[in-house]
Amino acid sequence: METFKAILFPVLIAGGIALFFGLLLAIASKVFAVRRDERIDEVKKCLPGANCGGCGFAGCDALAEAIVNQGVSPTKCAVSEPEALKPIYEIMGVKEEKHQRMRAQVMCSGTGDLSKKKYLYEGAHDCVAAAKLGGGDRICPNGCIGLGTCASRCPFHAIKVVDGVAVVDYTLCRGCGVCVAACPKHIIKLIPFESKHWVGCMSVDKGPITKSYCDVGCISCRLCEKNCPVGAITVNDFVARIDNDKCIGCDTCVKKCPRKIIWSSESQNGRLVIHRAMLNEPQVPTPPAPEKK
Amino acid sequence: MTLLMNILTVFVSVALVGNYVFSETLGICPFLGVSSKPSTALGMGLAVTFVMTLSNAVTFLVFEYLLKGKYEYLQTIVFILIIASLVQFIEMLLKKMVPSLYKSLGIYLPLITTNCAVLGAANNAVGNDMVSGDFILSTSYGFSAAVGFTLAIVIFAGVRSRMDEKDVPESFRGVPITLVAAGIVAMVFNGLLSGISFG
Repeated sequence: METFKAILFPVLIAGGIALFFGLLLAIASKVFAVRRDERIDEVKKCLPGANCGGCGFAGCDALAEAIVNQGVSPTKCAVSEPEALKPIYEIMGVKEEKHQRMRAQVMCSGTGDLSKKKYLYEGAHDCVAAAKLGGGDRICPNGCIGLGTCASRCPFHAIKVVDGVAVVDYTLCRGCGVCVAACPKHIIKLIPFESKHWVGCMSVDKGPITKSYCDVGCISCRLCEKNCPVGAITVNDFVARIDNDKCIGCDTCVKKCPRKIIWSSESQNGRLVIHRAMLNEPQVPTPPAPEKK
Repeated sequence: MTLLMNILTVFVSVALVGNYVFSETLGICPFLGVSSKPSTALGMGLAVTFVMTLSNAVTFLVFEYLLKGKYEYLQTIVFILIIASLVQFIEMLLKKMVPSLYKSLGIYLPLITTNCAVLGAANNAVGNDMVSGDFILSTSYGFSAAVGFTLAIVIFAGVRSRMDEKDVPESFRGVPITLVAAGIVAMVFNGLLSGISFG
């Protein structure tokens, strides 16, 4: 009987406490239940779930909540394929909006020794830190620092630094725009995914000055502007810009550019292949081909 | 007045001299895991303070009126039970009553369920001659331990945020340098206090 008691009472005490707290939790889950709109979970299922923050919200959960409660447009999610977002319009019962896929483009061509440096940087492996020391080690005020802050921020691991300039892998890039915000030199731009041509330079210095420190900087000679058959190119602030809405992809500017900084892309078997006109090679294709992992 | 003095003594001896992280090496998991930014470290510290104070109050009552004397060997298992369900309960309560507090503490609360510092504080308060048998002192023991934890994690988060900017040798990057830094900070903390005597 003594043995029986020695076992029974501890079991009753521990079991009783467990039962008490179990009941407490069960009651609390009913009493303190928070009603949550079922549509939030349904919308969340359609979102990619990468929590990249490209939409400007804290994550996919926050965007789903904003779509349901505040009527934010699902196109805020630049990362998704338009097909993947379609069910959201059905869930919300609103009309579908046009969704343009974007990609990140690093607007600098100054790889290796093409763009000169003003000092030897030794320090934290981070562009933001380097940019605070006289704007980075390159003389060009708008050149890629090449320490890969964009690469480390990219939620899709789509950016690599090749020969001192960041290169985007278009099999992985979803156009979320995290790198655009991360770059301290503001030289990464979002352009429509199918864009045929773009100017790989953002130097706003005058021609001779640009020429003094970079072999591949835009010298604003306006040859591209004059030769463009549709007037898609304008030269402002000593750097050429291509209007992707007007551009017909005729390759004229690529051939005319004396500095070989107009890049082009084409779709091959559904993959985007980048061509870059090189300075010393008359034949065009030496693409910094995005390697497949 | 004696009570106030006792509370103060408990605070100094638990939060500073016998700091839970630096002296007792309890709660190292959240100390290393949630200390990458000072703001998140402070959030974690506040959540721990909240839970530790409450859990010490509840465990004191259970120990004093149910376990004391015959069933003291049940202490650990019952305390684990209490802490785990208490954290769950607080989470639900905050979600409903104070959504803003839930938003800032919410992600840390589940982490605290298995924080050994919480169980350590409850166990030590019962075993400590100075505070056992007194509800207010036991509760303030938990509060002081948690304040010590918050102090440690915030200091260390500051050290780590400075460390992020430094060019650390590759073999030391990540966890190794974090552990080395934690050791040094612990030594500094203890060395600083051993120079002061509390009569």
